[in-house]
Amino acid sequence: MKKVIAFLCNWCSYAGADLAGVSRFQYPPITRTIRVPCSGRVNPLYLFKALYEGADAVWVSGCHPGDCHYQTGNYYARRRFAIFNALMEYVGFEKGRVFFSWISASEGKKFAETVKHIKEEVEKLPPRQKFLREND
Amino acid sequence: MIERIREEARKAFEEGKIEILIGFGRGTLRATPIFIEKKEDVDKLIWDDTCWINLATYLRRFRGKKTGIVAKGCDARSVVALIAEKQLKREDVYIIGVPCQGMKNEKGEEFLSCRYCEYPTPPVYDVLVGEKREGKKENYPDVSEFESMPPEKRWEFFSEEAKKCIRCYACREACPMCYCEECFVDSLDPRWLEPGLSLSSLQFWHLVRAYHQAGRCSDCGACERACPMDVKILYLTRKLNKEVRELFGFVTGLDPEALPPLGTYSTEDKEEFIL
Ligand code: SF4
Ligand code: SF4
Ligand code: SF4
Ligand code: FES
Repeated sequence: MKKVIAFLCNWCSYAGADLAGVSRFQYPPITRTIRVPCSGRVNPLYLFKALYEGADAVWVSGCHPGDCHYQTGNYYARRRFAIFNALMEYVGFEKGRVFFSWISASEGKKFAETVKHIKEEVEKLPPRQKFLREND
Repeated sequence: MIERIREEARKAFEEGKIEILIGFGRGTLRATPIFIEKKEDVDKLIWDDTCWINLATYLRRFRGKKTGIVAKGCDARSVVALIAEKQLKREDVYIIGVPCQGMKNEKGEEFLSCRYCEYPTPPVYDVLVGEKREGKKENYPDVSEFESMPPEKRWEFFSEEAKKCIRCYACREACPMCYCEECFVDSLDPRWLEPGLSLSSLQFWHLVRAYHQAGRCSDCGACERACPMDVKILYLTRKLNKEVRELFGFVTGLDPEALPPLGTYSTEDKEEFIL
């Protein structure tokens, strides 16, 4: 079973996951969720670390632009993630292991669909080989 | 040039503008940083094409004192970046700007950052020594070339370079922007990165160090030159410099009032990558 570390904003995507559950939308059990107060709370270091520790993918999901509980956290996050993507792609790390989304508390369906999408993308790839912690 | 630098330095001491001056003096292999506390010593200052250390790295040591700095384009941009990050006060720093002729290695070859340098003349200064020099407008051809390689080749290059690293952190010490009280590699709680020289741990170090420079690096090249193992690292920071300019229209170190690009945002930022 693939493992995706999901950093979900408490105010939207985490509640979206809840709604997906309550509404009985099926989605594959690949996510390991870390609830964060805001997508802006996600230090890019967490993403490096999760991949390094062996996650098949990392996923950050926050409130839609304009809807952040703290007004602007997701705008800062958006910049950080753009740079994260650029750097990882530049060094040749495979695409399809880093995901970002905006999912509101009322988008249970989008939540379930996004998980499915991530699963499909990750399953296209061979097992992780690059940038994995080696046991010494 | 040397005479004019000394003269400006002397004047700054006499006029009480500075209590201490960071400049270059004669070293054994190359110009070396010197810290001058009285005007009698300004004759120790030199200038040549081995003055490649970024002197802005030493500025924070003298916080609270009126500090002078002999700054080429990239040093001055680092000073500006430090001011923008509230590490220094503009009024505490006196910049003796030197339009830079380009720096060279022991073999007399010009460094990469200098070859493509866009700001040989300090964009911000208190006094400028010599005529302004025009920068080049090449827009990171080396980065574009790297980008045009297939991903596997890029990963191979990244791995081969990272592999040479011994985690001495000389690159960090050389950089004016690596001023964290505790670097993430030294943190024990949380422990982001264990010690050791496994390839992936070296890659971790190189990725995060580069990431931390996004929008903050003046492309002085001092980090790469400080490396005892000849590890290539500038291609990473140069990529992010290019990226920050393309995505956010930002160039580091031009305006002390401008917020660093990752410390601000625009509602118009691109987001095609977001689901
Ligand atoms: S990362 Fe390297 S090139 Fe950039 S400012 Fe620091 S020392 Fe200079
Ligand atoms: S690598 Fe990052 S954490 Fe370490 S000193 Fe530099 S900026 Fe700070
Ligand atoms: S100076 Fe070179 S060897 Fe030392 S930590 Fe930096 S890249 Fe590694
Ligand atoms: S509170 Fe949800 S992204 Fe900021």
